[in-house]
Amino acid sequence: MERLINAIVAIVFGVGLMLLYFYGSNWLLDRLLPDRGIVDGVFQSREKQRERIRPWLFVAPALVILGIYLVYPALQTLYLSFFDSDGEAFVGLANYGRAIGDSRFLESIRNNILWLIVVPSFSVIFGLLIAVLADRVSWGNIAKSLIFMPMAISFVGASVIWKFVYAINPDIGFLNAIYTSGGNQAVDVLQIPFWNSFFLMVILVWIQTGFAMVLLSAALRGVPEETLEAARIDGANEVQTFFRIMVPQIMGTIFVVWTTIVITVLKVFDIVLAMTNGNWNTQVMANLMFDQMFRAFDTGYASFLALVIMVAVVPIMVVNIRRMNREEAMR
Amino acid sequence: MSVRMEKVGDTGPLLPLVNMTPGALLARLALLLIVVLWTLPTFGLFISSFRDKDLLSFSGWWTALSVTERGEAARTGTDEDQVEENGAWFIRGEVFQPGEKEILAFGIRSTEPEVYAPGESADLGDGVTLTVQADGRYELRSPVEFDMSRGRRIYFRAAVPPKFTLANYGEIVASEGVDQAFINTFTVTIPSTIIPIAIAAFAAYAFSWTEFPGRQLLFAVVVGLLVVPLQMSLIPLLRMYNQVSHILPFFEAKSYPGIWLAHTGFGLPLAIFLLRNYIAGLPKEIIESAHIDGASHFQTFTRLILPLSMPALASFAIFQFLWVWNDLLVALVFLSKDLDQIVMTSQLRELLGSRGDNWEILTSSAFVSIVVPLIVFFALQRYFVRGLLAGSVKGG
Repeated sequence: MERLINAIVAIVFGVGLMLLYFYGSNWLLDRLLPDRGIVDGVFQSREKQRERIRPWLFVAPALVILGIYLVYPALQTLYLSFFDSDGEAFVGLANYGRAIGDSRFLESIRNNILWLIVVPSFSVIFGLLIAVLADRVSWGNIAKSLIFMPMAISFVGASVIWKFVYAINPDIGFLNAIYTSGGNQAVDVLQIPFWNSFFLMVILVWIQTGFAMVLLSAALRGVPEETLEAARIDGANEVQTFFRIMVPQIMGTIFVVWTTIVITVLKVFDIVLAMTNGNWNTQVMANLMFDQMFRAFDTGYASFLALVIMVAVVPIMVVNIRRMNREEAMR
Repeated sequence: MSVRMEKVGDTGPLLPLVNMTPGALLARLALLLIVVLWTLPTFGLFISSFRDKDLLSFSGWWTALSVTERGEAARTGTDEDQVEENGAWFIRGEVFQPGEKEILAFGIRSTEPEVYAPGESADLGDGVTLTVQADGRYELRSPVEFDMSRGRRIYFRAAVPPKFTLANYGEIVASEGVDQAFINTFTVTIPSTIIPIAIAAFAAYAFSWTEFPGRQLLFAVVVGLLVVPLQMSLIPLLRMYNQVSHILPFFEAKSYPGIWLAHTGFGLPLAIFLLRNYIAGLPKEIIESAHIDGASHFQTFTRLILPLSMPALASFAIFQFLWVWNDLLVALVFLSKDLDQIVMTSQLRELLGSRGDNWEILTSSAFVSIVVPLIVFFALQRYFVRGLLAGSVKGG
């Protein structure tokens, strides 16, 4: 009970302080620059001055916080990537050179590329398949809800769920229960060389498919019925209609879904940390960076790795923001 | 697969099953299979979290509803428990609570644990006999007084009926501090949701409906910050927090205000971007008429814009709430793993490391951590989708 009260006090304090700023600063502005009243028979308002300052009161917290939490750190990370593990001595491009010979780094790159191929592809394929199938049955909405549900679960929560599925003991792990019922020895799928990464990817596909499905389902509904009708009259079967008429018309949405999942994949960290912590050759970039930062305490190299993630993310984000802006403009 | 046309005639789930084309039937089966595959892992976790701890590691959750058979052992009472009746000495008792299980066979040696049927008497030598009933009652009978300070071993095979319990939840609350982590997560999540929304809403209004020098440029910079991944910020922020905590004694490197501000910073670009798009789209006439009536920008914002922007605020709020609730990385960096600061995701990861085989603890803890997002999901599904779609490009 006492903990609960502590928590509530903290929450009220944090939120209250912020509200106090907005109300307080605006109140102060009205007090410091009041209307002069009637001078020489003319009402003199200082509203103009007040309204010139007020926008700054509105944007100030946002600008200050963005400056401290994003602008400064991003530049600092770039700067630190040229420094040694303590961030003290300038080492030039040593961190960059070191990466080329670092087997963990190369392993991460290789795995990240595998993730980038597998996860978006399967998420989109499953998402599309489910969207098409679910639109044709009466219980489609329930089906979609259930498939979308993993999207609400944290990556760590999902990791526990799947660690349970993958457990070696065939009386616990569902996968091994099936596998051993065929007379095989139970295996730890997280330790199978090369393929273990794919068992981790399954988790992210499981989460992201729902996301792909929701967007693609909406896009499919927008495909004009006449185009499908025309194709059928011309003698196209369902499969041809799907691939030649429907898919080309939702290519834009497929691209959006694809790139969004790509960004998620580039930053995937929790799943690898919780499932294998990068052991057995499952390391990925974001987890390697975390590892260098918190276990090796190598500021310079970790900064370099953060930069690699940034460089990979930026072009995709730029394309996506451009597109979002275009869509907003069309509204 | 002439299913698209069939949509028109699709009247109910069962009726058309008979005259369905093979393709349509196949489509339904495929969808059903996918749904089952997708739901099974979560369902298994859910069922397991309510299963008896001993059963959990003994039989798979898919057998949760069936009777399990397994071998067990117990001890009888000692000579202190004996009573004399009609010139013989008896020790009586139960090897388990009545009704809990059913004994199928028993034995007196570990090498022969199942040689006697329930109700039979086992001969222990010197005229001593042991009888065990199916319901778990046993009776040791001896012609002379017992002299044993330790009870005798009874081995038995029992049929264990399905058993569901809340004991696992009791245990994680009592000994793993999961309740505290649950409260901590709320302490992190609520301000980390409200603060960025309020700050972003004010800024979004200023960017949309006020005039100040550099307005366009500053907004462009904010949008540009969308591309900065979270990872770029962590190292310098961690160094900064540590340095500041050395200078200012009251400022701790790992604290709730510290993580609120961090989440605020990481959430702001997207929040400002989305809210500006919404607020800038509000009808111009409303804002102008408010100004003609002499309202200041502050009054216009709080009394007019905020209520009108509720749908946009709500969908961003849901996205940010879920994002913060499910976050692990930021929590690992900005909070300690002490009991008064650890959040659910971080706790869960610790348990995966330290209690990797204690599935009764893992399943119930995991369920506690995912239950809040799931409630939000099922209760507010439409807003949830909207928030998620809007937030899916978040740079974090």
